Parts: sequence; C-alpha cells; structure tokens
Amino acid sequence: MTTLSELIEMGQLADAHRPWPRVVVAADTWRLAAQELRDGRLTLLGLWGDRRAVHMALHDAAAGIAILSLDCAKGHFPSVGALHPPAIRLERTIRDLFGLEPDGAPDTRAWLDHGNWDVSHPLDGPMQARDRAIAPYVFLPAEGESLHQVAVGPVHAGIIEPGHFRFTAGGETVVRLEERLGYVHKGIERLMEGASLDHAAKLAGRTSGDSTVAYALGFARAAEAALGIDIPPRAHWLRALMAELERLANHFGDIGAICNDAAFPLMQAHCAVLRERVLRAADAGFRHRLMRDCVVPGGVAAELKSGGIAAIRTLFDEVRRRFPALIALYDNTASLQDRTVGAGVLRPELARRFGAGGFVGRASGRVVDARRVPGYAPYGELKFDVPTRTDGDVNARVWIRIREVEQSLGLIDQLLDHLPAGPISTDLARLDRRECVEGAALIEGFRGDILVWLRLSGDGRVERCHLRDPSWFQWPLLEAAIEGNIVADFPLCNKSFNCSYSGHDL
Amino acid sequence: MRKHLFEGLIRRPLTETARLPDAAALAELAAGLDHAAQRRLGRSLSIRAVDAGSCNGCELEIQALNNAFYDLERFGLRFVASPRHADVLLVTGPVTKNMREALERTYRATPDPKWVVALGDCALDGGIFAGSYACVGGVASAIPVDLHIHGCPPPPEQILKGLLTLLS
Repeated sequence: MTTLSELIEMGQLADAHRPWPRVVVAADTWRLAAQELRDGRLTLLGLWGDRRAVHMALHDAAAGIAILSLDCAKGHFPSVGALHPPAIRLERTIRDLFGLEPDGAPDTRAWLDHGNWDVSHPLDGPMQARDRAIAPYVFLPAEGESLHQVAVGPVHAGIIEPGHFRFTAGGETVVRLEERLGYVHKGIERLMEGASLDHAAKLAGRTSGDSTVAYALGFARAAEAALGIDIPPRAHWLRALMAELERLANHFGDIGAICNDAAFPLMQAHCAVLRERVLRAADAGFRHRLMRDCVVPGGVAAELKSGGIAAIRTLFDEVRRRFPALIALYDNTASLQDRTVGAGVLRPELARRFGAGGFVGRASGRVVDARRVPGYAPYGELKFDVPTRTDGDVNARVWIRIREVEQSLGLIDQLLDHLPAGPISTDLARLDRRECVEGAALIEGFRGDILVWLRLSGDGRVERCHLRDPSWFQWPLLEAAIEGNIVADFPLCNKSFNCSYSGHDL
Repeated sequence: MRKHLFEGLIRRPLTETARLPDAAALAELAAGLDHAAQRRLGRSLSIRAVDAGSCNGCELEIQALNNAFYDLERFGLRFVASPRHADVLLVTGPVTKNMREALERTYRATPDPKWVVALGDCALDGGIFAGSYACVGGVASAIPVDLHIHGCPPPPEQILKGLLTLLS
C-alpha cells in the first residue's frame, strides 16, 4: 500500500504549479498509482495528455489533491485503464489527440477521432496531415439466443445533443448498452493553445452550454491560481450567486424533463416555468439568461444590475410558493413513482470506483461536493448541506436534485443578505511576469466536479489547457445502470443522468 | 394532481404576446421562399432540430420555446421527431466534422420543399470555433441555408421572431 503522500515524495516537484503539488514521476511510480486506483485507495480526478507527457490528477482524503506527470519521450506510457477501467476512455482520447500509446490498454479503439479530421493527433505539436485511415469502429459483442440490436443516434428525436447508443436487447430487456461519443468534438483544447486569457475564458464558457458559469469559473480559478492572485471578495460572492442560479435553472429543467420521460408532462410544464423565471432573473441581474461570459479571470465582467437583487428576490417568492406543491405532486403520483423507483439502479460500489460526482454520485452513496472538498470561496462562509442517498435509482437522482434546489435557495438567500461591497475584479494586465506558470481548479457545476488544468506562458497566453467534464466518469456508469431495464426506460434513465455530450467531446 | 389542473383553469395564462418578425430577416427569406410553397405550407410548420456540434446553449433556448411563456405551438410551429415529418431543419453548432455526414443525411431525409434555419453565432460561420481542425465552420458549408438567427445563444424571443418570418 502506497499513500498519495508517499507517491508525491517519490517524484520531483514541479515549481510554479498551484494550488496543489504536481510531481514528475518515473514509470514505476505511475504503475504504483494505477494499482492504488485499482484497489480503491485513490480517486481518479482526471487523466490527460500534453506534448510528450501525460498527467493524472488524484485524490485521497489524507493528502488531498495531487497531479502526477510522466514524461513519454518514447511516445508511450503504462496504461492506467488496464488496472482501473474509468481511465480507459481518457486513454483512448490521449491516443487520438496526442498519439501517445497506453501500453497494455484493454481497448485500443479510437474514441473522439472518427476518422473525419484531415489531421492525426491534432494536439501533438504542429498539425500533421492524416497518415493512415482509421480502423472501422467495431462495437463490443453480445452473444446469445434471439438477441437483437437497436442503434440510436447520433441525431436524436428530441431537442438534445448528438451521440450514438447501441443497445443489444433480449426481448425488451437491455443486455448491453454501448455508447459512442465524440460527435460534437470541436477541438476546444487546440483552439485554447496560444489564446489570450480573455479569449480562452470565452472558449471555456462554451464547453458545455448548460454549465457556462461553472466552466468559466473553473477556468478563471485555475488561471488565478497559476498567476498567484486573489480577487476581491465581492467577485467571489457574485460568482457564487451566478453558479447557484445556474444550478437552480438546470435542476428545475432536469426534474421536469425526467418526469416528462416518464409520461408525466404536467411536472415539466410547471418546472419549465420555474426554469424560465430563473433565467429571466439571471438576465435581469447579469444581462444574459445563461450568464455567459460573466465570469472572467480576475473577477466578474460586470456589476450586478440595479434591480437585479429585487428580480432574484421576486423569483424566490415565486419558487417558495410553487415548488413545495410540485414536490408533493412528484411524491404522491403513484404512476410516476412506479416508473422512477427501482429504475436504472447504480450500485454505490460502482459509483465509488468511478469517482462519480454530482447527483449521479450522491444518489449512490458518495459524499462529495467540490464546494466542500477541496472547497473554495465563498462557500466556507456559507451554510449548506450535501444531500446524499444510497438507493441509486432514477427516483434517488430526482430527490437529490430536489434537495439541492432547496440548498441552493438557502445559499442564494445568504449570498444576497451578506453580499460584500467593493470592487468586482483585479486588473490582470498590471501583472508583470516572465516565467511559465501552471494552475488547477476543481469546482462544482450542477452536474458534478469540473477539473480545469492549465499552463500559461510568460506572455500570459494559454499554452495548454485541459477541461474535464464530470460526465467522463458518469457516461460509463449509465451503461451499467441500464442493464436489465427495458429499452423503453432508457430515455428516463438517461435523463436522470443527464450527462453532457459537448463537455465530454470537447 | 387535481389541484394543479384546477389551478390551471383559474389562473391567468403566462403566455406572452409575440413581437413581429423584423424586416431584415423577412428580406433574407423572401428570396428563398416562393409564393406557391408558402401557400402549400399554410400557417403550419414542422421543425426538426439538429445539433451539429453546438455547446448545447442553443438547444436550451429552443427547448424554452415550448414553455408556457412562449408556447410555440399556438403559432402552428411544432417540433417533430423525424426529418421525414419536417418542413424546416433548425440547425445549431459550427458543424463538427464528426457530425457533417449525419447532418447531410438528415437533410436528404427531409422531403421537399424544405428550409434550413441556422441558429446561433457558430452556425453562421463557425463563430468562436471557426478554423478548428474538427469543424467545418458554419451550416452553409454543409447544406444550403435559408435563414440565420444570430445570438450566443439567441434568446427564445429572438428565435420565435426568426421562425415567424417563415410564416409571414
């Protein structure tokens, strides 16, 4: 057994990496870390590529967060996925984007690269024309008597994002689901390279539209950590206000949409009204319904509009009046409960292994919330609970959302009551810097923890930035949760996970 | 549940009056929409939304059109589940290379006469994603576009105004 602190001591500490240590390790230490992940003593927070290097973010309760880096001068590295399945898709991505080979990887199929780009390994230095065609994608087999396949997507029937689902069913029961993603890969990480901080922040805010505040916040915090600057208290509080409004809007949308997928549109009609009211309050306060480009490195882009606080207070009265009746409606409608209770069960053991965050993890026994651990301003000064359950079904994921709505309402109340006065940003242009710096941040979006890691060059531009959506560790769990359910319950289970396509595909 | 349904009868509706479409959008469309086709459509349009690489922001605002405030269906506009039932393709995103084929096949599966509305700044020319190795850059580089609706993302009111030009 090797603890994270011991792993850190085995490596060489990189300077100018904040706020957590980054250590360059040897291949043996890298393998040791993979074994610890396999044995469940560490949690994988991220695994990403760089020019001729790979990085892995790890967490354990004693040492907190650390990043291990391995130089891959020869173009390969020991596979973590071989021991720890949550790393498999991340390694397939590293291979697609950087051309680095994970030695001993159990799955060597391409992931984001569907063979449609003109280049191969687009993040590995200067663009190289594609040298060879990519092998046709072969789905994993499922064998047995009278099994049939159902192929769904990438274009779906609803107004949602594209992705492909391959079901193998025996009668109506799903025996295997395999996801194929990457359809909305936009090359965000490549576009970040060489971008100014302002431009890169805009790109980060367009990684996943429903989490635009969360991504902008993660990016800003990582940049501020790298630059070693602190921002005014009011900026922290306004950011939290936006983040909680975003969480409210998404949870209302999700609660309604899940019920709609259980053929109960009445809930959706009412929840959609609440969601719309949140977006209008956000617009009244921050000049944009989704609050896009409102969080910027150094603080927030603009002061809360006059009348913004009043608009949010009015919203609150409305939500406090309407929401309890909707919770009762959800809880007392037997036909609806019949669909959600016991559907799409995610076992706590699996959620733990994958380090699942957000409502997916918390509905399956994980007590995690980046606002608490590692924690960031201003949440240390605010009171809130982290609701958890252990039943792990669709119903549990609905209830976690309901409880989180209540917590967010409480948080917004506190934020409005004690909003500190003062400036809303720090001027980054005044910083005089010559050296290359690195920073990381872990923040809680509505879907779970978002990890942002970046390296800034001496002239203040982004050299490399990695954005890890919580969906990376939730999508594979959907495949497990759907097993044994009927095909017709897939939309319901899928909506209860509500993983991001764009955030995952980058 | 009865209480909720009953309240729906006695409360005033939340639905708001829509603004009229703007002249610029009308002019853009007039070229592509001939009179005969317009008569055939009457005042009813079936719309198929296709996400061709959007960040999902546009989808959220399209979904909002179905809420009680905007109530899209009162205008004869409705979203359908298959391109084969559609008159209009509402396309978002910078058209990623991985979605190009799916978009083209969706277009081919839509019966004539058909119109394409490109929604959002990145659907116009790739927007912030223009120049990426993974993006074609704008819906018009993959399929013919009849109308653009600007914004990042355009608010529902703006989308509604744009779609109503198709019926004017």
